[in-house]
Amino acid sequence: MRVYLLARLAQTLLVVFLSFTAVFGLVRLTGDPVLLFMPTDIQAKDVDEFRQRLGLNDPLALQYLRFLGSALRGDFGESLRYKRPAMGLVLDRLPATLLLAATAVVLTLVLAVPLGIISAVRRDTFVDHAGTLATVLGQAVPGFWLGLMLIYVFSVQLRWLPTGGTGGVSNLVMPSIVLAVFFAARITRLTRSTMLDALGEEFVLTARAKGLGAGRVIGKHALRNAAIPVLTLAGLEVGQLLGGAVITETIFAWPGLGRLTVQALLNRDFPVVLAAVFVTSVIYTLINLIVDLAYGWLDPRVRVA
Amino acid sequence: MTRRAIGVGLTLAVIVAALAAPWLAPHDPARADFAHGLRPPGTPGHPLGTDQLGRDLLARVLYGARLALFIGICTVAATAVVGGLLGLVTGFVERWPSAVIMRLADVQLSFPFILLAMTINVIVGLGLRNIILSLSAAGWVVYARVVRGEVLSVKQRDFVHAAAALGAGRARLLFRHVLPNVAPTIIVVASLQFSQFIVAEAAISFLGFGVQPPTPAWGSMLAESRDFLYVAWWLAAFPGAALALTALGVNLLGDSLRDSFDPKLRV
Repeated sequence: MRVYLLARLAQTLLVVFLSFTAVFGLVRLTGDPVLLFMPTDIQAKDVDEFRQRLGLNDPLALQYLRFLGSALRGDFGESLRYKRPAMGLVLDRLPATLLLAATAVVLTLVLAVPLGIISAVRRDTFVDHAGTLATVLGQAVPGFWLGLMLIYVFSVQLRWLPTGGTGGVSNLVMPSIVLAVFFAARITRLTRSTMLDALGEEFVLTARAKGLGAGRVIGKHALRNAAIPVLTLAGLEVGQLLGGAVITETIFAWPGLGRLTVQALLNRDFPVVLAAVFVTSVIYTLINLIVDLAYGWLDPRVRVA
Repeated sequence: MTRRAIGVGLTLAVIVAALAAPWLAPHDPARADFAHGLRPPGTPGHPLGTDQLGRDLLARVLYGARLALFIGICTVAATAVVGGLLGLVTGFVERWPSAVIMRLADVQLSFPFILLAMTINVIVGLGLRNIILSLSAAGWVVYARVVRGEVLSVKQRDFVHAAAALGAGRARLLFRHVLPNVAPTIIVVASLQFSQFIVAEAAISFLGFGVQPPTPAWGSMLAESRDFLYVAWWLAAFPGAALALTALGVNLLGDSLRDSFDPKLRV
């Protein structure tokens, strides 16, 4: 287990390092940074002086090392728009996004997993068919359109919920539902199919034969075996959840990392874009590390391997 | 079976709408008529109403189908060719360049798809051609991974060894013997990716990147509709419903293709 842990940790560090390098590559692809900062009527002499001051005349490898050095200290440069350290801005917005994403994940687990289990146990009943219809629709309806329609119904017509912003629990309702829908649809579908597989296994038959109650058979024997693929998909889908947050936060004016990223992209505020993209990829990588570690808890065979 | 029928029906309907848009549309989608702006659905001559500039909403939704399908087809074709080729080669030749390409794919997968596509879009520039380019650059990884996995198993099969023993060259082995056996997988992934691409394009255009107004793209139409949500619900309802129905149709079609070609891919 310790070797596995260390190997997995080393792999995570490598991916974080490579994604950092990819971020540096993106900086260089954005074209000449000087021309992005400068007014259009600038003199060639001034451009060159600025370039010299920013170290842009140095070899690329040296620039990379310098960027790596300052990034290791958390310095991704200063926001062109807010005149504040880019990483500070990103970290300020991070809690709002984590709150939204966590609410969506909790909603998903509370709704999707039981629905998937019920659909599998009561196969081909009304519940199963209704659940399947809901998941097919949930995967097809674009989140940002669902968001607009919810705003129209619950904010414009019924005036039950605020259209956006933060403040109370009522502000969290629509954004977290919109963020959860696609995720929940995928998880329900997968829970149903892996539960169906598990319920057909011989150990489930044995558990039933020795007289265990339905709750124990489903909860302890079948679910525990069905949980691994579900957990894997959940880990992989968190990336899409973070991507979905970009859109959801924009619709509901939620002051999180996603909205900051969109605004930074619209303003061509690249230091903020890079810090935000980097932080997103680190979170995603960490979550998948945690998922991998959770396998060991669910399936003791992994601990030995 | 009914699911497949619904999938085929919806997909065909969208294709017909896209191809026949010039004949089906009651008006030119770009023609503004300020005197008749924000008319509700059912207005004579404008079955779905008009937008803030008096443009006919039905015409814009129909032309939007054209654009969505065009973007979806181009992106799926580009990612299938590039990702598919990379998957074929990296699966077949297990040398260090393959390992490097797959590590790159891992890194790329650590960025959320839509965020990556959007960032690339800002770097390469907005507009129709560049949104296709951005979606493709962000989306090839899925193909490369799935196809590589298939190739790794197909190339171990006896008929490949037999062809090699008969003296077939590498290229012949790869394209005549391995490729036909992974082709169903490529088709299935294509159909499953298609709706992801058109929804992503709409989302990116909705956020203000990608396809720019006044081009009638569903995403940018929805973006414009936000300012009129209090007075004109139809501007948000119809383009979004068109997008959702298209995604639904293609998803159902993809599901049934997958079930008949390759039950292994079921997720």
